[in-house]
Amino acid sequence: MTDTTSTQPADTARASELSAVARFLKATELDTRMLGMIGALLLIWIGLHVISSLRLGVNPLDFDSRTFLTPRNLWNLSVQTSAVAIMASGMVLVIVMRNIDLSVGSAEGVIGMVMGFAQVHFLVRFVGLELGNPWIWVLALLIGLALGLLIGAFQGFIIAYLEVPAFIVTLGGLLVWRGAAWWVTSGQTVAPLDATFQLMGGGPAGSIGAKWSWVVGIVACLAVIFMHYNGRVQRKRFRFPLRPVWAETLLATVTCAIILGAVWLANSYPWPVGIVNRYAAANNITVPEGGLFIAHGIAIPVLMAVAVGLIMTFVTKRTRFGRYVFAIGGNPEAANLAGINTRWITMKVFMIMGVLATIAAAISSARQNSSTNALGTLDELLVIAAAVIGGTSLAGGSGTVLGAMLGALLMQSLQSGMVLLGVDSPLQSIVVGAVLVVAVWLDTLYRKRA
Amino acid sequence: MADKFAPAGVPLVDMRNISIAFGGIRAVDDASVDLFPGEVMALLGHNGAGKSTLIKILSGAYKRDSGQIFINGEEASISNPRDAKKYGVETIYQTLALADNVDAAANLFLGRELMTGWGTLDDVAMEAEARKVMGRLNPRFQRFKEPVIKLSGGQRQSVAIARAILFNARILIMDEPTAALGPQETAQVGELVKQLKADGIGIFLISHDIHDVFELADRVCVMKNGQVVGTARTTDVTQDEVLGMIILGKCPPGAIPGPGALKIAA
Repeated sequence: MTDTTSTQPADTARASELSAVARFLKATELDTRMLGMIGALLLIWIGLHVISSLRLGVNPLDFDSRTFLTPRNLWNLSVQTSAVAIMASGMVLVIVMRNIDLSVGSAEGVIGMVMGFAQVHFLVRFVGLELGNPWIWVLALLIGLALGLLIGAFQGFIIAYLEVPAFIVTLGGLLVWRGAAWWVTSGQTVAPLDATFQLMGGGPAGSIGAKWSWVVGIVACLAVIFMHYNGRVQRKRFRFPLRPVWAETLLATVTCAIILGAVWLANSYPWPVGIVNRYAAANNITVPEGGLFIAHGIAIPVLMAVAVGLIMTFVTKRTRFGRYVFAIGGNPEAANLAGINTRWITMKVFMIMGVLATIAAAISSARQNSSTNALGTLDELLVIAAAVIGGTSLAGGSGTVLGAMLGALLMQSLQSGMVLLGVDSPLQSIVVGAVLVVAVWLDTLYRKRA
Repeated sequence: MADKFAPAGVPLVDMRNISIAFGGIRAVDDASVDLFPGEVMALLGHNGAGKSTLIKILSGAYKRDSGQIFINGEEASISNPRDAKKYGVETIYQTLALADNVDAAANLFLGRELMTGWGTLDDVAMEAEARKVMGRLNPRFQRFKEPVIKLSGGQRQSVAIARAILFNARILIMDEPTAALGPQETAQVGELVKQLKADGIGIFLISHDIHDVFELADRVCVMKNGQVVGTARTTDVTQDEVLGMIILGKCPPGAIPGPGALKIAA
């Protein structure tokens, strides 16, 4: 009330003084820190591309196939990012509620082992399903999901109802579940996995091909356009201020361009020659001279990650549960006084985290076509780093799913870029660690100014 | 409480012999207080006298160890904030109890969100309602999209007040409602209290400002060391006498003494 007396005129007066950039941001309602992240990502990509080109002595603008910005490398990057991105989307909720989950990597390990054991030994030998039975992957995944839910519920219960700090409970979990992963088969690797289950790991078979990729891309674009339109209709209905039409159009166009660009990229990465020839032989296709171009298209794990991202964004923004998670993170006492059952919400958040660890475990084990007890080692740190780099505040109360997923992409870009450049693995750890600290420091500066 | 000083009829709220202890400390000790429709009852006392604790028992934030609460003459079981709201008890906390990181509309509807037919949050409808109620309280308020942490103290206060009156409260608890406000806004809150009174809402007012109390309240109830010193109509006692009750626990002739009144050899 003190300063509202002058708010209206002051706002209009200030609007004319705003710079072009500020006016642009105001009109589009874009988040500057999200733009900053996208900028950082592009910078890293271009930097890695230039360095990798110079190392080979080729012109960066030739986009040589061994450099960073190639369909093949970016496609692989997308697959590698999926598992961490999926878990990071759940870690956002955990951290927003002022908790932490250090056990996700180990949980991923034990769940991966159990799913591997289930499909290779248990369902085949003890239940009596034939190898290759199409139900095997479904049952294995369901067993994994149940286990993930149980692990999350168990840890969440101790945290919410027995009031043991999340840091301690999940630190215990980090050791317990890793040990449990070893016990499943006494340390033996389980391989090969069920053929259908493997599709979740990507690869030529685990991608949806050019045609379906375009279908997905176009449907996504239509959805984007519809959401912008619907948003306007809703705001008009209540006579709320609207974004200018040009800003709305620009946002929708850029989003669609990014989606279609990603599809085009995925469709520019062909199957390897050997697999094409085998496929041609199996389907009686004669391979023309110069080879047959069969595109990968979008990989299944990437689609899974996108689906998880959309669902989690929906949960955080549009459901009562998501609203409560943020309110509790902002002021636990106020949430309690408002009649929110904070304990049950806490437990549910950890259950979601457990389910997401299962999906990540399925992707990672399918990708290496084996379950090992080391699966997901140190993933908890990548996941937390991704969430934090993506703007999730460790003090609780703020964070976005999209930011965390971009954070995962950023971390993975650095890591796979360094592999491409032949950086020694100890040095890779040093760089990743340093980047994390610098990113959070920059974020602190940003928050102080905002 | 058969009370010749109180208005006639069934009390809206009747808290009888309430006690609560934290560890060994009896924060509220056998306290009784009542409230009638359209009445403002001020609770006074030093810091730590037990006013806030007593009132938090009514709002469901604390669970009493013993005693009974009657609302409209019927015994009410209040063991959490949700129960209290069911009985039409709304509270404006001293700390405001706002979730700082979400916007005004989300705070107004926290715990009672409006949903669409799809079971999703109806943010647009909530914002529309928020604009309506805030328009009544603070017509210049425009910052509906910002997290409340970015608002000024007065604006935050009006969000907290709006939340309490949004759901047709019958009983309103105001814990230091003007603590963060300047003189102009304090006057505005005074106007609001009078308006709510006229609507037949009963108000518990906790305040340190004795002038405020004499201007707004119909009766005062003074507490000391967890006990009620006495209850009086503001027309029957002077400000100095009330100060005497607060500081010394001395009950003047115009007030009904409670268990905490200073025992003077009569």
